[in-house]
Amino acid sequence: MATTTKAPVSTNALVGVSRKKRPSAKVTTIHPRGEFVGVEPKRTLGGIRIGDLLSILGAAVAAFALTIVLATQVAPITGGIAFFVVWYLTFVGLYALLVSIDDTKTFVMDRLIAVLVTSVAVLLFSVLIFVIVFVIGRGAEALPYLTFYTEDMGLAGPLDPLSVGGVAHAIAGSLIQIAIALAITIPLGIAAAVYLNEIPGRFSRFVRTIVEAMTALPSIVAGLFIFATAILMFGLPKSGLAASLAISVMMLPIMIRSADVVLRLVPQTLKEASIGLGASQWKTVWNVVLPTSRSGLTTSIILATARGIGETSPVLLTSGFTAELNVNPLESPMISLPLAIFQFVKSPEPTMIARGFGTAAVLMLLVLALFVIARIIGGMTPEKSARARIRRAEFFGWFAKTARTLTSIARRRTLNAKEPS
Amino acid sequence: MLTDTPRKLTIIRDGSDKVFRGVIRAGGSVVLIIMVLVGSFLGYRAAQALNMAGWSFFTEQAWEPDAGKFGIAAVIVGTILIATVAIIVALPLSLGTALFITEYAPRQLRSFLVSIVDLMAAIPSVVFGLWGFFFLQQAIVPVSRWISQYFGWIPGLGVTGVDPTDPLATTTVYTSSTFIAGIVVGIMVTPIVTSIMREVFSQTPVGEREGALALGATRWAMIRNVVLPFGQGGIIGGTMLGLGRALGETIAVYMIISPVFVIQPNILQNGASSVAALIALRYGESTEMGLSALMAAGLALFTMTLIVNFGASIVVARSRSGAAS
Repeated sequence: MATTTKAPVSTNALVGVSRKKRPSAKVTTIHPRGEFVGVEPKRTLGGIRIGDLLSILGAAVAAFALTIVLATQVAPITGGIAFFVVWYLTFVGLYALLVSIDDTKTFVMDRLIAVLVTSVAVLLFSVLIFVIVFVIGRGAEALPYLTFYTEDMGLAGPLDPLSVGGVAHAIAGSLIQIAIALAITIPLGIAAAVYLNEIPGRFSRFVRTIVEAMTALPSIVAGLFIFATAILMFGLPKSGLAASLAISVMMLPIMIRSADVVLRLVPQTLKEASIGLGASQWKTVWNVVLPTSRSGLTTSIILATARGIGETSPVLLTSGFTAELNVNPLESPMISLPLAIFQFVKSPEPTMIARGFGTAAVLMLLVLALFVIARIIGGMTPEKSARARIRRAEFFGWFAKTARTLTSIARRRTLNAKEPS
Repeated sequence: MLTDTPRKLTIIRDGSDKVFRGVIRAGGSVVLIIMVLVGSFLGYRAAQALNMAGWSFFTEQAWEPDAGKFGIAAVIVGTILIATVAIIVALPLSLGTALFITEYAPRQLRSFLVSIVDLMAAIPSVVFGLWGFFFLQQAIVPVSRWISQYFGWIPGLGVTGVDPTDPLATTTVYTSSTFIAGIVVGIMVTPIVTSIMREVFSQTPVGEREGALALGATRWAMIRNVVLPFGQGGIIGGTMLGLGRALGETIAVYMIISPVFVIQPNILQNGASSVAALIALRYGESTEMGLSALMAAGLALFTMTLIVNFGASIVVARSRSGAAS
């Protein structure tokens, strides 16, 4: 086509870049039909322009200089936070001034909001990263000792150095408690979620409402419930089992809710196709619904696990404190990682506090590992996993073929070797 | 002429189906029973305490259940104050971050940032508690002092017992306050709120976005006129869910505050209270009556989070968010 319309104004607006005074802005060239116009150069719609970058940098530097002048000559500004705040405000003001020199009010607003939104995001991410770095940094003292991962605190007093004692008891406790909780919540949770989707009706709507209400249950109240029933009424000792029950009560609604959402995403047509082929409801669920939503279900289980493993308050009321390794969930107290952190930092001793931070680093690592697994599984669509299966099958096929070829060559060799003799 | 009358469809289920339906129905029922049991047990035990305390349960500030003198006036007010500070911190942070991720961040960075936010939502609250107790507690003192010095005339921001203009005055009065606990809880709930808002913003119909841009809107104008109205439900719903989490937060608050059982309206001042921290503090030494009283406090907290959560889900469901145009 030979007709081109140049409209630079709209392309500028599209990417939020602006210059009020552009000589070509008012020129619209319409080429007559049939005339050769050559190849139209590709216009870049995004990216950063040098002018914008310079005005941001300029404003930042100017604000810095101005703040120093203010701090030393005009008014005393004490502390890093105050200095930063004054610098930031000056920066925003100067930047607005710079942009307003050659842009209209609309564009000044646009630029200011962009700067504000970006700095809010940078602030949040840096605070969150700082929280993690701070915790790991304070715990770094305790982390290099191998004993930290292999010993319990049974023989280590508050005054002992970090080379004695560790958090093996808490790691074991956390793993045992979460394992029991998962043994309770996975079958119940998945069955309930399947029920909500497969047998719709008034009763299942009621169940869904109650489950949704229960996601609001504060975790401490779940702990209080198990404390009052299992421990005080039924005489269960403060133990790993009681803690697992409390975690289960907390995790169950979370898991059911997310599993329910995942199951609802299974295309109705797939189910109908299966039923249309004569499969029973059970066969449909087993062969179509669950495999289709497998990655989503796994993700919901793992995310609920991450919540359960990091929750302190239900465990605080139900598991009891101990400094020794205990692998029997039925009796005597069993400590878990979050509770161990809580216990360690109550002590005024610096080594105990370092242990607490080290334990926090271990806990975060555990949550991170769970999260990464969830991401990998969650990113797997049925299509992708099928492709992986095919790749595996192809690889093994190739492997088997190669092996066959090799054996046949070997056999031929031996035959050849035998023949002359 | 023959007309086809609607036939009655009978479903004949085979044995495996009957078993399957029975099993999942049992699963659903067991879950229901557990959940109802939690709620009704809480209600039953709380009723004992409520019967004894009567209406004074809502007006009494002290917490001495064995003396028959207890109420949640102080702790509920404390909880609400902490949650309010938390939301004031969390709302702008999460709104800005959600907008940044969906609208401003480079395309290649987006999915990475989304993962980071989701990961942050899974960080255990005790970790935030550690940070709040060992870092923020000291770092925030000058800020608290500055606020009380210049804005002390606003009710709630003043500090009693110390002259804020005196540079040599003690700083312990500014520690363990509602303000610090609120900031920590706010930072803790921000990732969750951000993740909900981002989800809703990213569902804004592309057609409407492009329509606004094609009409010559700047990026901010497009956000203000398309993304924000569309995501309104997500903003309110996400904030309310964050509020629900903030109200029920225990361990981070428990580590930071020094509990008091009077209404402490000065958020910058030492001494704060929350229902969850009260339960964590008092469950061990409780007698039968004391436990009932704690149950009543827990029930009050649960009722609050329940209202907030249901409100949030109604707002999200009613809004246009999620519906394509």
